Amino acid sequence: MQIDTRELACGGLFVAFAAAFAYGTVDLPLGSALRMGPGYFPLMLAIILGVLGLVIIFKGLGRAPSPIGGVPWRGLLFILAGPIVFGLTVRGLGLAAAIALVAAIATLASARAGIRLMLLLTLSLTVFCVIVFSYGLGLPYALVGPWLAPFLPGR
Amino acid sequence: MDLLQNLAIGFSASLDPVNLLYCFLGVLLGTLIGVLPGIGPTATIAMLLPITFGLKPETSLIMLAGIYYGAQYGGSTTAILINLPGESSSAVTAIDGYQMARQGRAGPALAIAALGSFFAGTVATMLVAVFALPLTEMALQFGPAEYFSLIFLGLIASVALAHGSVLKALAMITLGLLFGLVGTDVTSGAQRFTLGIPDISDKLEFVSVAIGVFGLAEILRNLENESDRQVAIKKITHVWPTRDDFRQMVGPVLRGTGLGSALGILPGGGAILSSFAAYTVEKRISKTPEAFGKGAIAGVAAPEAANNAGAQTSFIPMLTLGIPANAVMALMVGAMIIQGIQPGPNVAIEQPQLFWGVITSMWIGNLMLVMLNLPLVGLWVRLLTIPYTVLFPAILVFCSIGVFSVNSNVFDLYTVAFFGLVGYVLIKLGCEPAPLLLGFVLGPMLEENLRRAMTISRGDWTVFFTRPLSATLLVIALLVLVLVFLPSIRAKREEVFQEEG
Repeated sequence: MQIDTRELACGGLFVAFAAAFAYGTVDLPLGSALRMGPGYFPLMLAIILGVLGLVIIFKGLGRAPSPIGGVPWRGLLFILAGPIVFGLTVRGLGLAAAIALVAAIATLASARAGIRLMLLLTLSLTVFCVIVFSYGLGLPYALVGPWLAPFLPGR
Repeated sequence: MDLLQNLAIGFSASLDPVNLLYCFLGVLLGTLIGVLPGIGPTATIAMLLPITFGLKPETSLIMLAGIYYGAQYGGSTTAILINLPGESSSAVTAIDGYQMARQGRAGPALAIAALGSFFAGTVATMLVAVFALPLTEMALQFGPAEYFSLIFLGLIASVALAHGSVLKALAMITLGLLFGLVGTDVTSGAQRFTLGIPDISDKLEFVSVAIGVFGLAEILRNLENESDRQVAIKKITHVWPTRDDFRQMVGPVLRGTGLGSALGILPGGGAILSSFAAYTVEKRISKTPEAFGKGAIAGVAAPEAANNAGAQTSFIPMLTLGIPANAVMALMVGAMIIQGIQPGPNVAIEQPQLFWGVITSMWIGNLMLVMLNLPLVGLWVRLLTIPYTVLFPAILVFCSIGVFSVNSNVFDLYTVAFFGLVGYVLIKLGCEPAPLLLGFVLGPMLEENLRRAMTISRGDWTVFFTRPLSATLLVIALLVLVLVFLPSIRAKREEVFQEEG
């Protein structure tokens, strides 16, 4: 029998989310309809989500697979890394370096950007953002963080 | 009399120089992202939410609103000139608009789109002003049961009117509702689904979720097929439409405005649905349906009027009831909450400055757009030559800084990455991300009203059906649900949204 793999994956993902949320309500008091506990409404939703997921899977049975299309793996890796790297470094390295890192990582996500474009973009984005966010909007974050302090001249 | 007084309060707020400046910035930015395909108003507003933090509430909402309706203008410009709709709401404008441009009538096509939009915007703004107060007063009579039913209806209707699979949209809403419940339960103080992470012990940050599913997932979707945009347009010689053009556009503009205004109020409606519906209606009632697709003026005027009217009237449920009709309005609700304003009928009474300021600013913004759009067409088109390779690193950097600046909490950035991944995977599996965000915003509201209604009724579930208003709302919701699942309607619905693809 044919199975639409996209629908299977989609329904499966919803069922998985439903199971995870349902499991999360295990320790929560359910209460009654009169006095609903913190677990009542989420458990209700989780059950609905689970049922919807199962129906999506069921409807995918016996159908030809829907096209999913290519996944830009390189883009996926670097785009998701961007905010994470920013989060890891903005306190330690400071705003300026964190911006530069994100910009550089982001350009790597595209197969089209060469090294020259990368440097140019990183530099211009960093300068632009420092001027706009730090000086213009006055965000209260250190431009140069403690990790870089030992390398600063004049200390 | 009251109306005039309120409008006076509104104009005194919206004509304030600072607000005027931000209104201008909003419509300018809106036009810009409207012109650029691959970045829409939802992602932009999500990105700018953190920056509005430091502004006054009315200033920030005026600017964000400007982005939304500004994008409708921008999208139509590229649709007409190079057959590349910058926004999905302009997709139908491209059909006849581009044909007009190829016949050397790009100027009049642009003028018709702009004037039609301006007229629709003016009428819709008046409608918002006239209906806002009565609706607010009605909303104040609402008890928890009515609110629950209304939100329920909103969620169901947004599914029915969206495109794509109904089942998947329902699942997305439910998932969004669940994510909205993560954090501390307000009633009992219990921690829910926090996995012991202190950073989400309060709640998941709305801005992170929005930027994840709209900003990041959108970039990834665009990276799937990177290609250069070839831009070649003829020089625009004359702009002003002829007397005959004017005669031909009056009817379509009026019908488009009416249809757009009505559809905009509906949950899940707004600009996209309005423009498609208007085009379909024009084609059906036209004496010369064969002219459509070959540069019919009605095919430009009606959808453009409709999408702008729809964009304006979709503010009505958000402003009066605090219930967002679409993803952009969900973001506006988020912007109000960030500012410490609880959205709902009380806004009109407690914050008349904000309420009427936003309404009147829409008319001012529309005026700015007409004056801005026509002379600057050349500039907008040149913007299209910016390659996406340069654009998306900037978007990613702005997103990162923006999210961090909300709470100065690095965990919010990891949340963005998580929801970027989840959003992208779900998009790949054929699920639209908008219902998820709608559910996320409405989750806590839905639960609170359900609980309060049940406590008041002493645990009696029939309360939702014994109170007449609540029952009416639920019956409408059920009817809608039954209708979308009826085979004949389903086929029709798929046909309507087919043209969108």
